[in-house]
Amino acid sequence: MSLATVFLQKQNFIDACYIVAFALFIYGMSGLTGPRTAVRGNLIAATGMAIAVVATLLQPHVWDGSATPWLIVLGLLLGTAIGIPAARRVHMTAMPQMVALFNGVGGGAVAIIAWIEYRHHFSPGFYPLKSEIPTLFAAIIGSISFWGSNIAFGKLQAIIPSRPIKLPGQAIINGGLFVIAVASAIVLAAGTHSQGLFIVGILLAAAALGNMVVLPIGGADMPVVISLLNAFTGLSAAATGIALNNTAMIVAGMIVGASGTILTNLMAKAMNRSVPAIVAGGFGGEVAAPTGGEDTDRGPVTSTTPEDVAIQLSYARQVVVAPGYGMAVAQAQYAVRDLEQALEQRGVRVLFAIHPVAGRMPGHMNVLLAESQVPYDLLKEMDEVNPEFARTDVTLVIGANDVTNPAAKNEPGSPIYGMPILEVDKSQSVIVLKRSMASGFAGIDNPLFYEPQTSMLFGDAKSSVSEITAAVQDL
Amino acid sequence: MTLVTEIAILVLAGFVGFAVISKIPNTLHTPLMSGTNAIHGIVVLGGLLLMHVAQGWLEHLLLFIAITFGTINIIGGFFVTDRMLEMFKRKPEPEPSGEPSRDGAGAPESDGKGGGS
Repeated sequence: MSLATVFLQKQNFIDACYIVAFALFIYGMSGLTGPRTAVRGNLIAATGMAIAVVATLLQPHVWDGSATPWLIVLGLLLGTAIGIPAARRVHMTAMPQMVALFNGVGGGAVAIIAWIEYRHHFSPGFYPLKSEIPTLFAAIIGSISFWGSNIAFGKLQAIIPSRPIKLPGQAIINGGLFVIAVASAIVLAAGTHSQGLFIVGILLAAAALGNMVVLPIGGADMPVVISLLNAFTGLSAAATGIALNNTAMIVAGMIVGASGTILTNLMAKAMNRSVPAIVAGGFGGEVAAPTGGEDTDRGPVTSTTPEDVAIQLSYARQVVVAPGYGMAVAQAQYAVRDLEQALEQRGVRVLFAIHPVAGRMPGHMNVLLAESQVPYDLLKEMDEVNPEFARTDVTLVIGANDVTNPAAKNEPGSPIYGMPILEVDKSQSVIVLKRSMASGFAGIDNPLFYEPQTSMLFGDAKSSVSEITAAVQDL
Repeated sequence: MTLVTEIAILVLAGFVGFAVISKIPNTLHTPLMSGTNAIHGIVVLGGLLLMHVAQGWLEHLLLFIAITFGTINIIGGFFVTDRMLEMFKRKPEPEPSGEPSRDGAGAPESDGKGGGS
């Protein structure tokens, strides 16, 4: 062996590589603070990841065993062969599912690693608690994250209905499962029982818990769920890092945990609900009751035609577009961009009002509008755009419902009361593009539709917008 | 490494994470999610480090799955983030529509390298 090879295999060198790797993660992430530096930031983080993987593989003992080299190489190749096409082909509208799925496989990997780690290093009195506790933590959280993400994926992909699915006594069952998982973990850690099936029991209880926690959560709460599961996977990765004495894993996992936690809190704040309340589920579907009683006589709904909308828009000074999940479902982002351009050509100022929880994941609307090349300086966040509505002639609500619902401000009985909304009802006129009069995912009636300044344009968002654009161009 | 050292690293990483991530604007939250998603694919290291201790077909199979999952997580995550960010990188108002000559210069830097600042 040459001197260089010996050096490359030294533990100190490997550890140094890990430090370089996590430094690159942090540096790369800080590049995400601006759209211009973000691509480079992502590449830097990816470089850090490559360094961490290569450094790990430089250690000769990693390759011990007859089957090991094959399985490692095959696993890396297969993962690449699945990952690249999946990432290349996915539509931007399907991004929440994709993120859920990638998050799920990460959680699954954590759970498996914790399992094997446990099977191997456990013998009473020998295996230090220092590694044991993080391993058990990783097993529980990783398993919850895997199954929870899969359910979230199923809901977003519409394989599973996105409305809340609840069992009677859900809270008690969930609590019971959690107690089982944690109690088994404590029994194991106390070291009186020998390994084997106990760890499997923990994984299964956590798996059931992951399913049960996400199933009752409605589609509109998905931004919170996805962020939370992201944080979970990160924390479990950090725990695995402690068990394996791997600094790169500790730091990387913790950064993800921090980011997931920040996003979860932001999303929950944007809905004015606490994270535990959302996880407890049940929002949407069955809570339609409060609106039924008093306000059945909301008055008539005015409907309109694309031609009328085109005239209104063309002679406006300022138009605000408030997109929601409906725009993603109808894949209307390109049609919306065309409309924006047609209006700009006529000298109309167009802004986009982006509610933090519009869509199914944090920043969902921004990605779609970036895809269709809407300039990002036209996208305004809620606090920035709300004062604009008073100066706005026409607001176009495209497939957004709950985030524009004035009941959140005016009706203390409403389930979404207190949620900050886009104050579209302050603009001179409002046009709501909607498939039908069905209520939004939260199952709450929207008084906005009955306001005198509101008119409804029924139909598929994409074709409606295209018709409006055509009419604007013909004027 | 002692547990205390590792917990110190954990806590410090948490603070660094909070400091860095809270500066990221809402616009980029989806790429942030998929980017951090890719980063937790680091768990693949666990699979790589444990493969040589595996015994029996079950453990080999499980670790193989873990490595595959971790790699999907990393590769897919970074690729999809890159795809998304490329869309964001375009200069605001690259289109000739709207006010075509805001400052006469046009938009030559729209597809340049995203470096600087």
